[in-house]
Amino acid sequence: MESKPRIIPDDEPIIQLKDVHKRFGKKEVLRGLDLEVRRGETFVILGPSGTGKSVTLKLVVGLLKPDQGEVYVTRVPVHRASAEQMDEVRSRIGYLFQSGALINWLNVAENVALPLTEHTRNLPHEIDRRVDEYLSMVHMIASKYQMPTELSGGQKKRVALARVLAGAPSVILYDEPTAGLDPVMTANISMLIRKVQRELGVSSILVTHDLPCAYEAGDRIAMVADGKVVYHADTETFRHTDHPAVRHFLSGGRGRNSDPEGKP
Amino acid sequence: MIRLLTHLGAYLESAFVGVGYTIELMVVSTSFTSKHLWRRRRFVVEQLFTCGIRPLPVVLVVATFTGMILALQTGLELEEFGAKDRIAAIIGVGLCREMGPFMTALILTASVGAGIAAEIGTMKVSEEIDALEIMSIKPHSFLVMPRIVGLAVMCPLLTLITDVVGILGGLIVGATRLQISPLVYMRGVQNALSYEIWFLGLPKDVYTGLVKALVFGVIIASVSSSAGLRASGGAIGVGRATRSSVIHCFLLIIIVGYYMTSFFYS
Repeated sequence: MESKPRIIPDDEPIIQLKDVHKRFGKKEVLRGLDLEVRRGETFVILGPSGTGKSVTLKLVVGLLKPDQGEVYVTRVPVHRASAEQMDEVRSRIGYLFQSGALINWLNVAENVALPLTEHTRNLPHEIDRRVDEYLSMVHMIASKYQMPTELSGGQKKRVALARVLAGAPSVILYDEPTAGLDPVMTANISMLIRKVQRELGVSSILVTHDLPCAYEAGDRIAMVADGKVVYHADTETFRHTDHPAVRHFLSGGRGRNSDPEGKP
Repeated sequence: MIRLLTHLGAYLESAFVGVGYTIELMVVSTSFTSKHLWRRRRFVVEQLFTCGIRPLPVVLVVATFTGMILALQTGLELEEFGAKDRIAAIIGVGLCREMGPFMTALILTASVGAGIAAEIGTMKVSEEIDALEIMSIKPHSFLVMPRIVGLAVMCPLLTLITDVVGILGGLIVGATRLQISPLVYMRGVQNALSYEIWFLGLPKDVYTGLVKALVFGVIIASVSSSAGLRASGGAIGVGRATRSSVIHCFLLIIIVGYYMTSFFYS
């Protein structure tokens, strides 16, 4: 973590999406999405499946380009960034994929070491020491020499988080980090996300539809429906809001005011 | 009619995009060879093993029996004209010029190329390639370059083995079924190959075959990697990518093989 300066939270947004539209074939997934992530906060994007949450993360990291609208990461216009600018932006971003996306033919230690072997001139023993440090942080040091195929879903995600941390990011994007995990592992991952934010001061976007995870890890929560943010607030306010789209989602679609688009 | 033209247009567009992407992949990945060869030495060695050692048993069996079949078929016909000892020249020249590189390339396409397309395709659909890109690790250098080097080195080496083993297979049939002395057979092979121009100590028929094999190796690695990197749509997409990589490699090997023969011998 020592290779990059710590982020000190201030009022300037570290990530901004302005009126973003994205279409896949005939389906318009995002329809004018706006959001801002402040430095040092964990911003949760909550919403049902298929509302463009993961697409939003891919737009932030430049894996997808918006059809319309603007995406800024640390003031860099990602929507029209050159390859060099994208490399520079990505060097500050860590992305935790839903599946972990570990390289299957590398063992746990080699996966975590990837950002270090690729982008630093550290000696092998120094890389090994840092790999141990990150694996200890996510409680996976005992699996250091195992292959990804030998790990459970939760273990893969923890190793993937260690790999993300090895890249010394100032921004971490979490794509459904608790999907498919049992409640104990969900709590474990949520606490890890909170721990990473507190100890390393990173800014994060957490995409999930898992409420306990959102409440445990999030500072602010945005509700996405119909391709745009229909409501956002700090975590406490969000929990008690009467906004119809939020109540619909929180009640699992069975509650009052159950219009998913948030229309009164 | 308009619908048909629309589909045709979409197909052609996709084909042109695919060709462009594959050529770019080949050029960019090859350009990483000098810069990243040492850094990726472990992956390169792994690929040399995957491309060279794993398919070796199949190559040996196919080469032996091809030489034997060729000897038997031509030998029985030539025996009627009292020219059965000419099989040495036919087998030697036929294997070294065309059949050696061609058969080796087809075996590598089916075994190694299909494996590359499936492996990279699976990495693509399971977001491993995206993970690499986000870590600013270029798949061209990390995945494709070691495979191009592996096949570019191993395809000519396996071709050389195919040539030698195929000629020995012909010798076995010549000696046992056609009563041709092994010495006469080997001298026949030597005479057939030796009157052409030599390069790096190799007769023209041999080195042109090896040059072809090198080009085929680069084609197999690039086309298979390209198909894998463009895979989408889960397991079905990986299957489609693998199938298309094998078909395109076969077609390119035959077409490029013809033009290279034409270049070297016309």
